[in-house]
Parts: sequence; C-alpha cells; structure tokens
Amino acid sequence: MSLRVLVGVKRVVDYAVKVRVRPDHKWVVTDGVKHSMNPFDEIAVEEAVRLKEKKIVSEIVAVSCGPPQSQETLRTALAMGADKAIHVEVPAKDAELLSPIHVAGIIAKIAKDEKIDLVILGKQAIDDDSNQTGQMVAGLLNWPQATFASEIVQADGGLKVTREIDGGLEVIQVKLPAVITTDLRLNQPRYATLPNIMKAKKKPIDKKSPADLGVDTKPRLEVVSVDEPPVRQAGAKVANVEELVQKLKEAGRI
Amino acid sequence: MSINNQSNFNCLISCVPTLITLNGAEMLFGRATLRLRSVHTLFVRWNGTLVVASHNNERLLPITLNTIAAAKMIGGDVTCLVLGKGCAKVAEEVAKVGGLTRVLVADDAAFHGFLPEQVAPAIVAAQNQFKFTHILAGADAFGKSVAPRVGALLNIQPVSDVIAIKSADTFVRPIYAGNAILTVKSLESIKILTIRPTSFEAVATSGGDAKVEKAPVVKAESGLSQFVEQKLTKSDRPELAGAKTVISGGRGMKNGDNFKLLYELADKLGAAVGASRAAVDAGFVPNDLQIGQTGKIVAPELYIAVGISGAIQHLAGMKDSKTIVAINKDPDAPIFQVADLGLVEDLFKAVPEMTKLIK
Repeated sequence: MSLRVLVGVKRVVDYAVKVRVRPDHKWVVTDGVKHSMNPFDEIAVEEAVRLKEKKIVSEIVAVSCGPPQSQETLRTALAMGADKAIHVEVPAKDAELLSPIHVAGIIAKIAKDEKIDLVILGKQAIDDDSNQTGQMVAGLLNWPQATFASEIVQADGGLKVTREIDGGLEVIQVKLPAVITTDLRLNQPRYATLPNIMKAKKKPIDKKSPADLGVDTKPRLEVVSVDEPPVRQAGAKVANVEELVQKLKEAGRI
Repeated sequence: MSINNQSNFNCLISCVPTLITLNGAEMLFGRATLRLRSVHTLFVRWNGTLVVASHNNERLLPITLNTIAAAKMIGGDVTCLVLGKGCAKVAEEVAKVGGLTRVLVADDAAFHGFLPEQVAPAIVAAQNQFKFTHILAGADAFGKSVAPRVGALLNIQPVSDVIAIKSADTFVRPIYAGNAILTVKSLESIKILTIRPTSFEAVATSGGDAKVEKAPVVKAESGLSQFVEQKLTKSDRPELAGAKTVISGGRGMKNGDNFKLLYELADKLGAAVGASRAAVDAGFVPNDLQIGQTGKIVAPELYIAVGISGAIQHLAGMKDSKTIVAINKDPDAPIFQVADLGLVEDLFKAVPEMTKLIK
C-alpha cells in the first residue's frame, strides 16, 4: 500500500493547565496561557509516522484550522515526521465559534483535493471535549469510520482496527478510504528531536482560508455563558479506618 | 413539514395555549399576521423527540432510560428507535418504558455490530419521515460514534454530552475536562444531542404502552465496514456506569495483582471497580475501567479513590459523586481537595483493614 494520509492537529490549552472562566463569562481565559498540540492529535501524528515507517503510507499531510499560532502546532507535526502542512487560517475571535461541522467540512474538502486515502484524527479535543469531528468527516465523505482506535493493522486490502468500547474492545474491518480517530492506548508519541525540529522549518506550510475551501463558517451554536463548575465543600480528614467506616455508616453510604 | 398523522395533530392542538402566551407580543400585529405567525410558530415549536436506543440485542442498556428522561424534559412526543439484528425482544422491553408515544423498530442483518455506516442512514430515514425537532442518543461509545455522523448527513452541528436542558434550544455541557460549564444555544433547525446519563434520573421501565411500528427501510451502502469481533471484559461486579458504589485504584496500587485488595473490598460493598489512567497505562487493569475525561463518567453515591492523586483528567470523570472518599499516603494529593472523607494512610494497610471491618 502507498497511502496518502491526512492528520488533523488542534492547538489547545495545555492539558496540565487549570483553566479559569473569563470575566465576561463568554469563554475561558486563553491569552497568556500555555498551549500545545491536543494529546490525541499527537497520537494521530505518531500513528501516521509509524505507518509510513512500515511503508504502508507514502505521504503525510498535517492540517490545522485556527489562528496564526496554529502554525507552531503544524511545525510540531512536521518535526514528528509529517511531510507537509496546510494551515486553514481563522482569526482568533472566530476560532472560538468554529464548530466540528466547520472543521469537518474543511478536512473533507482537503481530503478530496489532496487525494487522501486515510484521515487520522484524535478522538476528541481536550478543550471543547466534543468528540465529533472524525465522525462528521466520515459522514460528509461517506467513508467508513473507526473511532476510538487502539490498534491499526493492514488486512484484506483495508485496515483492521481495534476500538475501545464501553465493555472492552471491538474489532472492525474498514475499506479504504477511511477515517480513524485515536484513543490514548494507540501508541506513545515520540518527542521531536532538535535536528528534526530544524528540518521541519524547511518543510512547506500552505496557507488557506475556509472560503478558499468553500466552507461557510457561520456560527451554528451561540455561547450563552461559560461558568465555573460548582465547588465541592471541603471535606474532613479522618484519623483511621475505624472512623472512616463509622462515618460512612452514619451517612448511610455503606 | 406536513401534518401526516393524528398524533402529530393532537400535539399541535395541545400546544396552542402555550404558543399564544409565548407570542403575546405579536398581539400588536394585525389579526391575520398573528394567525400566520402562530401557525408558523406551531410547526417550529412542536417538539417531537427521537431517542436512539443503546442495546445489545438482548436487553436495553440503562443509558437509554436516562436519555428518555432528558427527552421528556424537552416536552412533546418521545419516539424511541431500536435498530439491531434480532432486536424484537428489546423493542418489546422499550414499549413498556413509561412516557413513550411510539417505538420504531428496524430489525435487519445490516445492523449487526451497530456499524455507524449502516445505523446513521437509518436514523436519517426516520428523521426524514417523521420530522423530529430533536434527536437524542446516550453519550456512550455507540452514541458518540453515531450522533455526529447523523449530524454530518443532515448538515447539523450536534451538542455533545449534555448535562442539563434549559429549554428546547438551550443546553448545558462541560468543557475543558469539566473545569468550565458551557451553556449553549443551538441555532440549528434540528437539535442533535448526546446525553450524559449520570445527569438525568432514569425513567421507569414499566407503565408504558407504546405502539411498536416498523421503522422506514433504508438501503445503506454495504461493505464500507464490517464487524469482526468483540472482546468484552467479563465481570460479576456491577457495571461501572450504573453502580451505586465505585472503588478505584491508581498508580499507588503498584501492580495488577494488588487490585485484588480492591476486588475483595468491592465484593463486600457490592461495588464496581474502576481505575485512573495511570493504572490503565501501567497495565494493571483493562482500558474499559478507566474513569475520567476520556474514559467513563461515573456519579455513584460513594466513590472510593485508592492510591489516586486526583489529576484534572480523573476528577472530570468522578467529581459529581455524592460522597468521595480518598485513601492516599500523600497528604498533599489533590484528591483530598474534593474528598468528603480523607484518610492519609498506606493503602496496603488501610484497604485490608477496611475490608475486615465491613465483614
């Protein structure tokens, strides 16, 4: 096989940051906060690179939709082993209202234009936690989807994918072209080495706008408010196991 | 949209008083305008909700009962769609669930393995026939796979993991691992939602007498995907998502064998056993036990976290539990900030002692 792969990468607030709600209650504070590549997308890039190392994949195209800083995320993907990148630039103020359906439309169009055989995306972005884009890309293209993948192997002219489901694991066979979304267990992403980071600077990043791709980014959802979650009452420490069991009995929990 | 059956029509009639109140401001306009506007609003405001059932062809999964509860909050008729291979028994079970108007059944070999490539077009066909205003599915692996695909086919942006329904178009959902709560208004003509089960009280499994009808037949393109096999984790303990008590182990358990300390305690308490990502990644337990932002969301009456530090991502999956107990030897572990009862002690001493005390 000599597949052309498209990987989607999103720049998100770093997973270790405890976010705060913005004073106007319209989103969380993102200015001056550490950002990095969405962890599930790192896994998607890593998997694409591994498939290339196994000679199943011939070229890896990375795409990101978002403000100019998304280019840093694309550079990271290039340093990990992607061959080229496409930045679909959306101004920062519009990026907050960019929904999975918009991104899916953009990715579907690029998949067609670039003659892509396999789209690999993360199962969810850890900022809006939607878990939708991959499924929507597959729906728009009428391609098969393999969500929450923990193993991908070449089989019967297509791919055999193990999926993480509620009660355990499930194996499905998909025809190509297909869309796969990654779960945490798929792989352990590599760190980009300094020479690869330097090389990535020379790799091309194409700039496009949603309009170039014929995608209307008119908002589909309106943010009414963003609020802090209810704070739990601080609890008490108990001295020993007897006291713990007794308190739980008194509360009727055991 | 056309009035194509009696029940739709009855619903329209019953909605009239509310609509007139809602549109009181329109009394300012001429009578003819008022009538026109109201008729238009009638169609828009009629809420017919479709709930896509999660089941395994043998029985209905509990998440469907929570999803039906959410559907009832929207108001209007609730229809439940059962798609499967050999699912007649499940359809009968669904018909008895309280509060449903209609059960649509599509029993076909094409739905073997519940592949979204087959299931999504069937949901779209039901939508095209009945013109629902809302389509709901539970936020489980099935609903998460299928609902967005349906959204793409209908050109609708869905809303994931809804924890509260403010009105027919305004929904509440957690973002950033539950560290912010988003209230969002959908501007779409059809609202597609996945429902977080722990946020809605399950409806009764009896008392209903819904009509069972055949769902519209659809020929989806076959061969795009194929179900191969399932490897389910076997356990006699209650299911994690619905358990009243959950005991979870983290990195502090040190290895998989030590989890038997938790199993012994769990068996005493009739509890389910879960784990943090660290415990899953280290191979102590299988992945489907992971609780957190990207694993399962639980909200039991009692959650006992053993050897779990309490990272943001883990808290996202359990902080709505009624009572949280933490057992950890590190007094500064963040888990103690959310625990109602905290015990600073070595778990290898505390857990067996607790098991003994509960005898």
